[in-house]
Amino acid sequence: MATVTSEQVQQRVVETLASFGPDADSITRESTFEELDIDSLDLVELAQVVEDEYGVVLKGEDMKQLKTVGDAIDMIVARAE
Amino acid sequence: MSDAIAQRQGSVLVTGASRGIGAAIARALAREGWPVGVGYRSGAEAARAVVAEIEAEGGRALALPGDVADPTAPDELFGKLESAFDGPVLVLVNNAGISRDDLTPSLGDEEWQDVIDTNLSAAFRFTRRALRPMLRARAGRIINISSVVGLRANPGQANYAAAKAGLIALTKTAAVEVARRGVTVNAVAPGWIDTEMTADVARDLLDAVPARRAGRPEEVAACVRFLASEDAGYVTGAVLTVDGGLAA
Repeated sequence: MATVTSEQVQQRVVETLASFGPDADSITRESTFEELDIDSLDLVELAQVVEDEYGVVLKGEDMKQLKTVGDAIDMIVARAE
Repeated sequence: MSDAIAQRQGSVLVTGASRGIGAAIARALAREGWPVGVGYRSGAEAARAVVAEIEAEGGRALALPGDVADPTAPDELFGKLESAFDGPVLVLVNNAGISRDDLTPSLGDEEWQDVIDTNLSAAFRFTRRALRPMLRARAGRIINISSVVGLRANPGQANYAAAKAGLIALTKTAAVEVARRGVTVNAVAPGWIDTEMTADVARDLLDAVPARRAGRPEEVAACVRFLASEDAGYVTGAVLTVDGGLAA
């Protein structure tokens, strides 16, 4: 698999999260899902996008540990390698 | 919100649609303008007849063979439909079902398991597969064909009743999980409907039906047609009995 950069993943994650409601400009690595009003169903959808794009399977248990957008990006990048 | 439903931007999958209630549902939804996947396991000829009938009326349909209890069936059937009709499956009708009746003291493990696998576990796997594209489309309709015996006891059907009651719980849970995405999940609970499956049900059971007659597959299909429509967008997690008053 081609190497995935953190920047590419960040762009895709921000784009996907923005489609759930929050303004793309308000989404940073430090933003928590709670602040962004991103709920569990949103995270399930994010996981599906990630699986389709990067072949990384994130289970409910994985998603539960994620607090911030940066946590999600780091996990995706680490697993895609 | 459910423009995709109103504009038929996808297709319908009805499992167990070669005969009985499933065939009536497939015909009814085809008449509503939906391209319909006619799922079947053994009735190839009957399924082709349903497809031919739909096409003769100017509709579009595709016969889809497969055993719903096979865990690979959802991907296979959805894949075929998605490419045949170029778009997501926006309406799923989990109708396929079998019965293996016996009184509980003598009900075998195999009879129990076969009915749970086909009537309940398969509906879960088809629902899971359907939800992904529906959530993305922000539109979708899942209709689970339960049964009045999921609500009211019928001796000899512990396996069937448990599966059908399980379908109702699956319906309600999935409904609340996805409601905010414009996807509805409902159950229809038919009573005694005149089909091959009920052909040898004792006639004296009719006395228990307040309407004093068996229902017709088309009467169940009419309820499914409503639940699949854009008009039913605020109906979710509901169980609609179609039973001549049997469960009332």
